[in-house]
Amino acid sequence: MKKFLAICTLASASAMAAPTLINGAGATFPFPLYSKWFSEYAKVKPGVQVNYNSIGSGGGIRQLLDNTVHFGASDAPMTSEEESKSTVKVLHVPTVMGSVVVTYNLPGVTKALRLSPDTVAGIFLGKIAKWDDAKIAAENPGVALPKTAILVATRSDGSGTTAIFTDYLAKVSPEWKSKVGAGKSVKWPVGLSGKGNEGVTGLVKQTPGAVGYVELIYALSNKLPVAEIKNVAGNYVMPSIESTTAAAQGVQIPEDFKVSITNASGKKAYSIAAFTYLLVYEKMKDPAVTAELVALMKWALTDGQKFAKDLGYAPLPAALAKRALGAVAKVKAEASANVAR
Amino acid sequence: MPFARKRPKDINAGDRRFLMGMRLSGIAVLLLLLSLLFYLYRLAAPALERFGVWNFLRGRDWNAVEEIYGALPFLYGTLLSSLLALFFAVPISIGVALFLNDIAPRRLATLLGFLVEMLAAIPSVVYGLWGLFVFVPFMRQYIQPPLLQYFDFLPLFEGAPYGVGLLTASFILAVMIIPTITAISREIFRTVPAVQREGALALGATRWEALRLAVLKPSTIGLFAAGVLGLGRAMGETMAVTMVIGNRPDISTSLLAPAHSMASVLANEYAEATSDLHMSALAGIGLALFLLSFVVNASARLVIWRVGRAWK
Repeated sequence: MKKFLAICTLASASAMAAPTLINGAGATFPFPLYSKWFSEYAKVKPGVQVNYNSIGSGGGIRQLLDNTVHFGASDAPMTSEEESKSTVKVLHVPTVMGSVVVTYNLPGVTKALRLSPDTVAGIFLGKIAKWDDAKIAAENPGVALPKTAILVATRSDGSGTTAIFTDYLAKVSPEWKSKVGAGKSVKWPVGLSGKGNEGVTGLVKQTPGAVGYVELIYALSNKLPVAEIKNVAGNYVMPSIESTTAAAQGVQIPEDFKVSITNASGKKAYSIAAFTYLLVYEKMKDPAVTAELVALMKWALTDGQKFAKDLGYAPLPAALAKRALGAVAKVKAEASANVAR
Repeated sequence: MPFARKRPKDINAGDRRFLMGMRLSGIAVLLLLLSLLFYLYRLAAPALERFGVWNFLRGRDWNAVEEIYGALPFLYGTLLSSLLALFFAVPISIGVALFLNDIAPRRLATLLGFLVEMLAAIPSVVYGLWGLFVFVPFMRQYIQPPLLQYFDFLPLFEGAPYGVGLLTASFILAVMIIPTITAISREIFRTVPAVQREGALALGATRWEALRLAVLKPSTIGLFAAGVLGLGRAMGETMAVTMVIGNRPDISTSLLAPAHSMASVLANEYAEATSDLHMSALAGIGLALFLLSFVVNASARLVIWRVGRAWK
């Protein structure tokens, strides 16, 4: 009997020993959610193991193009230059939405600051240099603004967060667009830079008079004060999961999902929001991996969505999730496909 | 009998194999260095061709959106922060080394020497976090405001007390290179023959005079080399610097202004450098840092080697 049991355990162990391995790499922005997803998915489907390296969107795109991973992840859609490097079509699958918040350190100011797009651009351009500037004061009547200088804190490392924030500023300020532009790393007109969200958080938290931008989840978990941003409809909106979801509703989302939802027109929309994407080849080589990857993405777009809110991400609107599922179904294995191992 | 015949042959074979292995190891190091240099150059070539080597090195603009890359702010930040660190660290290190070698009782010297070496074992990211959360607020509150108040006629101290900046980075770097310089200085003081000290004392020199004339003076060149090795370490330091230097690619005369360094820009931008030219420009900075460190370290080794020969 003992022997029989031992053989059974051995047999099941060897069946377990060869799980399907799916490798991915990319954005750090959705990493907390992705790592939750992949560990939850391992419980649902024990035979599949997902390795995700959060090396940054740029790195994820590069590794996908080099065929060293099965899927990439990015906060910004791939550029046409990047897409031209691949012979096979790359699908952009939106997974969730996130937002970037303007956070500040003003001792004594307890009410959330209200900022218009013009003011935000002015601050980050260095044109508004004092907290008691007339522009800020006009939007915040009754708030005792200090006479101190504004210390701008930005990200020093290339980052999807920066890409979203500068995309927004370039949309609302022609001066920003011509002087600085949008991208993962830009030449900041003023201020200091810290590495990573923790670097910016550190600068803002310790420096009275500082202002910076971080991901929503960072502001929530560190209890940082965040500004209400005036949206296209003219309302001052507090960043939250609801106002992030609202940002996607006012926007026509194209067939390939490659769209910027910053400065959205919805009444309740928060202005600095974005989709984050999984990047997969439409034709993949290994049938087993392809089947499992498709199943994983389907799960993420359905059951997986419920994990988003707790981690500060907005789930996809139901109609959009449905469209994304349709796109995922297109991913096929093809023996002749010269990509993705 | 066959046994006896076999043995010497085996030893010879073993010797040969051993020799071969050692030679291969030696060659491997050389190959590693050359291939590193080669691949860095190959990666950097597009940027160097686009801007020209000279223009790349002296360009002051670093703009990933417009794809204009110049290395000067990073060269400036690296060199100035490292030299300043050296300026702070050398007197302290020499003092510690002299104390440990010539003045402190042996037991205390062992303990203190151990502690100084422990400083070198602390990971650099720990220095960075300590810098960011403890040292930066301290600088902002207690060091920078008086500097700005009393020395504002100097262009060295201008602007706002941010806390972070070139001076803060130099202080952190100084703490990090003190163990290196101290250890080498101690070794150099040890090479001074005891007779020399005793001779000076016998001739009626005071303790200070004996140390100055019999120990410090003949060690000058060696101490210079110790400093240069410390400089090499400071130039390559990445994590701690990037957390406290402010990461702004600007050239300012003020030591309180935020700056940038070569190693920091690599750590900061490498992961998200999507365009080929950006990547190539970063490789160009890597290549420049590689060559700079190589020259600094090689010159220090050369000096040490010559001093060692002179003593023999």
